[in-house]
Amino acid sequence: MNETAQSRPPAFQPNWPARIAWLVLAVYAVYAASILDVTWERFVTGIDHGIKFIGRMIPPDTEASKMQLLAKGLWESIEIAIIASALGIVLSLPIGLLAARNLMPAWVTWPMRLFIALCRSFHQVIVAILFVKAVGFGALAGILALTVASIGFVAKLFAEAIEEISLKQVEAIRATGAPFMNVITYGVMPQVLTRFVGFATYQVDSNLRNSTMVGIVGAGGIGGTMFAAFQKFDYDFLLTILLAIIAVIMVSEALQNWIKRLYQ
Amino acid sequence: MTAMPLPASLPPGAAAAIEVRGLSKEYRRGVPVLRDVSIAFPDRGITAVIGPSGTGKSTLIRCINRLVEPTAGEILFHGRDITQLRRRELREMRRRIGMVFQEYNLVERLSVMENVLSGRLGYVTPLKAWLRKYPQADINAAFDLLDTVGLTAHANQRADALSGGQRQRVGIARAVMQQPELLLADEPTSSLDPKTSVEIMELLVSIAESRNIPVILNIHNVPLARRFAGHIIGMSGGKVVYNGPPEGLSDDYLKQIYGGEDWLE
Repeated sequence: MNETAQSRPPAFQPNWPARIAWLVLAVYAVYAASILDVTWERFVTGIDHGIKFIGRMIPPDTEASKMQLLAKGLWESIEIAIIASALGIVLSLPIGLLAARNLMPAWVTWPMRLFIALCRSFHQVIVAILFVKAVGFGALAGILALTVASIGFVAKLFAEAIEEISLKQVEAIRATGAPFMNVITYGVMPQVLTRFVGFATYQVDSNLRNSTMVGIVGAGGIGGTMFAAFQKFDYDFLLTILLAIIAVIMVSEALQNWIKRLYQ
Repeated sequence: MTAMPLPASLPPGAAAAIEVRGLSKEYRRGVPVLRDVSIAFPDRGITAVIGPSGTGKSTLIRCINRLVEPTAGEILFHGRDITQLRRRELREMRRRIGMVFQEYNLVERLSVMENVLSGRLGYVTPLKAWLRKYPQADINAAFDLLDTVGLTAHANQRADALSGGQRQRVGIARAVMQQPELLLADEPTSSLDPKTSVEIMELLVSIAESRNIPVILNIHNVPLARRFAGHIIGMSGGKVVYNGPPEGLSDDYLKQIYGGEDWLE
């Protein structure tokens, strides 16, 4: 037995390019840290600052006028998230479908994929700044910015999901002489619906989190209130806002799980 | 090997409902899968196309309803050349031709009933199809068909919960739901165990008889083809080498179709 073991070539070849790449990455990380002045000392003093900061946040401010401000901002954020999600998801359906290369000719998928790539190019905050300049301060700018982000995410993944479907089922529906739209609703949609619901609920969650942020640049929602609290050193009110956001995200998480169970 | 005379398939002068003339198909330029195939299919009963893997049996069947585009030739269905049809006409032609697949090709996430009713998708508008608003006559016919194939109890189960034999029955019910004038079956038994294969073949025979429609199927299993088919087409290298009744399919022909002879022992 020993003999055969010796006469065999090694079962696994060493992957030298990958090893070198990992080594280069490690060396670069150390070098970059030294350039950016990332030192242990700074980390320790930073912790000290952090503890003082947290100390000033406790206890959270629950004064009535502040709570009113919180409720108004939070509610606006939720509205922004829901409207942007609804718009984005509804628009993503046709856009994703038209971008799927296994169903559509290249002259259709190309412009669609370009449009999706454009939607994905910039961070929501940058898009929000653009829309604030275009349509003015307020929730509308936030809604538009998050709609663009939703299309970028949902339409892209939806198109990819469609490109992975089994064409056998599509072929069978085509063979019945069904018109194109029936091929889509029977041959394609059942295969991708659960994944689409997954992307959509994830995007609702993501929009909820991002809707708390676009306010910082004036696009509506709790972000504006939060930014003001920062600038006025209202750290105790800041904690109230953060806790409220965490609560909203947790409720949304529970809701998502429930929706996903509905579409098994 | 000397060319053997082909037995006559039809009485002279009779026009076949489905006839293929000079059909060729090249998936890649210069590599023909079908070479100038001409067959007048019988108007009734089961016609089995046999031959080794890769000889173009599947391509032949799929050319008939244009799931595969022929490179050259004519396919006459009740006198009309299918290869010339455009979009709408092609869809209307496909409605009249049912198809059964080797791997059933059911929509896995839809129920058995939805799969059977999808045979009517050529006749139902997209909105009504999406809302599942099929005419009551279609729904009744679907229940009747599920009775015929013995799956009434499974009507509301999802297709992916069924066994292979059950799935193929749903596939057949879907094809028959079209009220086709021709039934195509691409290796309908190749994914099934021997017992289920026989049951599926019996079902196809009974449908061919009760609905009085021709069934064209390709099949690997020669004994099964001999047992159930009224007519056999033997193919080899993209050409027809036998075209006649099962009784005429001698070992000489089988040698010509599959090559070699050791396997015949």
